[in-house]
Amino acid sequence: MSFGSNPSSNKSKRLSQSIAFFIFRLLSFAVVAILIVILGFILVRGISVISWDFLTEAPREGMTEGGIFPAIVGTLCLVAGSMLFAFPIGILSGIYINEYAKDSWFKRFVKLMTNNLAGIPSIVFGLFGMALFVHQFGFGDSILAGSLTLGLLALPVVIRTTEESLKAIDNSFRIGSLALGATKWQTTSRVVLPMAFPNIITGLILSIGRVSGETAPILFTVAAYFLPKLPTSIFDQVMALPYHLYVISTSGTNIEASRAMAYGTAFVLIVIVLVANLLANWLRRYFGNKVKMH
Amino acid sequence: MKRYFNNLGERVIEGLITLSGTVTSITVLLIVFFLFKEGLGVFSQTPVAEGSVIAVNKQNPVKELTASQVKEIFDQNITNWNQLGGANAPIKLFEVDDITDYYTEEQIGSNFEYLPQRLSELVAKDPTILAFFPEEYLAKDFAGRRIELDNISVGGFLGGKEWYPTIQPAVQLGVLPLILGTLWVSLGAILIALPLGLATSIYLAEIANPKVRNFLKPVIELLAGIPSVVYGFFGLVVIVPLIQDVFGLPVGETALAGSIILGIMALPTIISVSEDAMRTTPRAMKEASLALGANKWQTIYRVIIPYSISGISTAAILGIGRAIGETMAVLMVTGNASVIPHTFLEPVRTIPATIAAELGEAPQGGIHFQALFALGCILFLMTLAINMTVDLVSTKKKANR
Amino acid sequence: MNSIETKDVHLYYGDFHALKGITMAMKKNQVTAFIGPSGCGKSTYLRCFNRMNDLIDGVRIEGDILIDGTDIYKSDIQVDDLRKHVGMVFQKPNPFPKSIFENVAYGLRVNGTKDKKFIEERVERSLKQAALWDEVKDKLKKSAFELSGGQQQRLCIARALAIEPSVLLMDEPTSALDPLSTAKTEELIHQLKENYTIVIVTHNMQQAGRVSDYTAFFYLGELVEYAKTKTLFTNPKDQRTQNYITGRFG
Repeated sequence: MSFGSNPSSNKSKRLSQSIAFFIFRLLSFAVVAILIVILGFILVRGISVISWDFLTEAPREGMTEGGIFPAIVGTLCLVAGSMLFAFPIGILSGIYINEYAKDSWFKRFVKLMTNNLAGIPSIVFGLFGMALFVHQFGFGDSILAGSLTLGLLALPVVIRTTEESLKAIDNSFRIGSLALGATKWQTTSRVVLPMAFPNIITGLILSIGRVSGETAPILFTVAAYFLPKLPTSIFDQVMALPYHLYVISTSGTNIEASRAMAYGTAFVLIVIVLVANLLANWLRRYFGNKVKMH
Repeated sequence: MKRYFNNLGERVIEGLITLSGTVTSITVLLIVFFLFKEGLGVFSQTPVAEGSVIAVNKQNPVKELTASQVKEIFDQNITNWNQLGGANAPIKLFEVDDITDYYTEEQIGSNFEYLPQRLSELVAKDPTILAFFPEEYLAKDFAGRRIELDNISVGGFLGGKEWYPTIQPAVQLGVLPLILGTLWVSLGAILIALPLGLATSIYLAEIANPKVRNFLKPVIELLAGIPSVVYGFFGLVVIVPLIQDVFGLPVGETALAGSIILGIMALPTIISVSEDAMRTTPRAMKEASLALGANKWQTIYRVIIPYSISGISTAAILGIGRAIGETMAVLMVTGNASVIPHTFLEPVRTIPATIAAELGEAPQGGIHFQALFALGCILFLMTLAINMTVDLVSTKKKANR
Repeated sequence: MNSIETKDVHLYYGDFHALKGITMAMKKNQVTAFIGPSGCGKSTYLRCFNRMNDLIDGVRIEGDILIDGTDIYKSDIQVDDLRKHVGMVFQKPNPFPKSIFENVAYGLRVNGTKDKKFIEERVERSLKQAALWDEVKDKLKKSAFELSGGQQQRLCIARALAIEPSVLLMDEPTSALDPLSTAKTEELIHQLKENYTIVIVTHNMQQAGRVSDYTAFFYLGELVEYAKTKTLFTNPKDQRTQNYITGRFG
C-alpha cells in the first residue's frame, strides 16, 4: 500500500514549498549581498587612501589634502569620555534593575524610562545636549558636552546589556552565596558579576563601536568643522570622524577634491566597527569555551 | 568595628546603585523638560523677525495680516489691498533700503539720525504703503499704524504647508511638509525592509541549517553596527547617482534614495526581533502541524507566522521607528526640499534632517531655534507613540497566552 | 494482521545509542501500550513511526520499519504522506491558536481539501468520534484555548482523526489531564480501536492495563518483554519486567 492518496495536491504543496523556500533563500542572501557591496565598496576605495601620513597628519588645503589625525584623536576622546560616564552608571543601573529593585511601580517606571530613552532618536539627544550641557551648564561646544551627550545615548544600551547578562545567571548561585552568610553586595560582586562579565564586556565593546560612529548627537555639542590642533582640555572643541565624513562629503570647500579623503575616513570608521564586532565575537567564543571547561 | 564598616559599605553601595537606577528616569524627564521648554516658546512669538516693524497708513482699513499674507505680498502674489479686504489700490511695498528713492542723503542724515522721522512721514503720506523696517528706526511719535501679527498657533504650525524659517519679513513655520516627508520616507523604507527582513527572519528561524545561521547572524549584527553617516556616504556616492541615471532625473537626491538607505538600516532590527518572535513558537505547535501531514512551508505560514504575528508587528513598528528618527543618512541623500511629497522621485525633507541642517545657523533663543526644538518635540512624541504601541502589542500578546 | 512491523531498529542521538535493535509487530485494530521508566526509549521509538525524529539534528536510524507493508524510511516515501496515514496525539494538548473548527479542519486544508461541505461534515464526524461534539457544537468559531485541558486533548484527537489515519500514535496523552478527563480519554481510546490501530506510550501501568490489548516493556533502549497485556502484568517472564510492574524501580 502507498501513502500518496492525493498526488495532485501533494505536488502543488511541494511546489509551493520549493518556490517559497527559494525566495526566502534568495532574499536572505540579498541581505548579505547588500552588506558585502557596502563594505566592499568602501574598503576597496578607502584602502588606497590609507597611509601612515593619512592617519597621523592634520588636513590641509581646505581639507582636500593631508590626513585625519585630529578627527581620530577627537573621536577617541569622545568615546573615552562617554564610556567613562556611561559604563559605571549603566552597569550600576543594570545591577539595580536586576538585583536590587523590588518588583514595584518604581522598577517598572525605571524600565519604562530606559526603554523610552533607547527609542529616542539621536538628533533629539543632540538637541537636549545642546540645551542642557552647552547652554544651561555653560560648557560650550566642548569634549565634555559631547561626551556627556554620547554617554546618555549609550546609557540604555549599557543598562540593557548588563540587565540581560545578569538575568541569564541562575538564581541558585545567588541563593547559594547568600546561604553562606554573604551580603547582597558580596554575592553580587563576587558571584554574580564575574559570571555575567563575559556577556557584559561583549555588549560594552559593541556599544563602543556604535558610539564612535554617531554623528547627530555631536553636531551641536562638540564637533568642529576644521580644527587642525589637538585638544588640550575637556572644554576644547574637537573634530570627529563621523562628522568629518559628513562635512567633507556634503559641504566641503571642494567636494570632488575631498572624495579620496572621504573614502579614507569611511574606511577608518568601518574598520573601527569591524574590529569591535570581531573582538566581541571572539570574546564571546573565548569565554564560551572557558565556561564549558569548568 | 569591622562589622560596622562592612554594613556601612553595603549601605553606601546600595545607595549608589539605587541612585544610578534613577539616572535614566531623570534623563528622560530632563529631555522632555528642555525640549518642551524651548519648543513651546515658539507659540508665544509672532512670526515677524525680532526687531522688525511692519506698518501701514492710519487710513488703511486693513488692520490685521497673517504671516502667510505677508509672505504673499512680499512674493508679489498679492498686489492689491482689495485682496486683503481693503480699498481697490495697488500695494506699495516699502523696505528700508528704498528710502533713498524718496529722500536725499542729507534729509536722512549721515548717521541716519533723521531716518525715523522720514519713515514716519512717508507712511503717513501714502495710504497704499506697506512698510517694513527695523524697530530701531521706529519714531516715538510714529504717524502710521504698526501691524502686529498674531502669535504662531499650534494649528498653523502643524498644518502649515510652508517652511521658510528665516524668510523676511515674516517667517513661515509650517511643519506639515516635514512631517509628511518623514512619514513618506519611512513608509518607503518599510516597504523595502519588511519583505527582505521577514524573508530573512523566516529563513534564519526555520529553514537555514545551523552553519548558515551562524554565518548570517554576525553579518546582520555588522549591518546594525555600521554608522549612519557611512550609510549616508554610500548612498551619496552610489545610490544617488544610480537613481539619477536609472530614472533620468535632474537630481538623484530623492525620497527613494532615503527610503533605500533607511530600509537597509532598518533591516537588522526587523530581522532580529521577528526571528526571536518566531523562535518562541512552541515546539509542540510545530510538531502538531507536521504530524497532521503539513509540510514545513505550510507549518510556517499556517502556524508559526500566525502564532508570532504580534512579534512580527513589533518588528515592523520598531523598524519604522528606526527610520523616523534617523538623521544623518537621510540628511545626506534626500535633497532636503521642504515640499509636500507626491512621488518617491522628488526631494523631501524630514524632521531630523531639518534639525540637523538648520540648528547650527539658528541664533539661540530665537524663533527659528525654538521652532527646531518644537520639531524635536514632535519627533519625540512620534517615537514615544511608537514605543507605547510596541508595549501595547507585546502586553496584548502576553494576555492572549 | 500486523499494522506496524519493525526489524532490528537502532537509533542514535549523535553518540548516544538510544534504541538497541528493536524488533516487534503491532496488530491491526488493537491497542498496544509501551511502558517503562523515563528515558527508556519508548517515546523515541513511537516517534519513529511517523518520522518525527527527523526533526532533531544528529539523529540516525538503522533497521526497517514497515507500516501497512510499506517501508517508511525508503527514499521515495514523502513524510507528509506518511504523517497523514499515521496520526499523532501529544503529551500536552497542543491546539493551534485558531478556532475549534479550524483546528480540526487543519489537516484537511494542508492536504489540499477545498470542498467546504466535505470539510464541515468531516469536522463534525471527527468531533463526534472524539466525543467532543456535544460540548462544542455551539461554539465552533471560538478559540480552542477557551476549552478545558481535557477538552483540548480530545480536540487534538479529533484533529488527528479528521484526516482518517489508519494508525494513531499517542504519546502519554493523559499525563497533563485530571482524573476525570483521563477516564474520558481512556474510554475514547477503547471506542477508537474499532477503526484504528493505536499505539500508546504511558507512564501509568494501571492505564496500560485498562486500555491496551498488548503491552511492551522497554528498559534502557531495549525491548525487554512484549506480550498480551494480561499475561505481561500477571505473569512476566523477565525479572526486570517484574521489578518494574511491582514498583521496585521507575
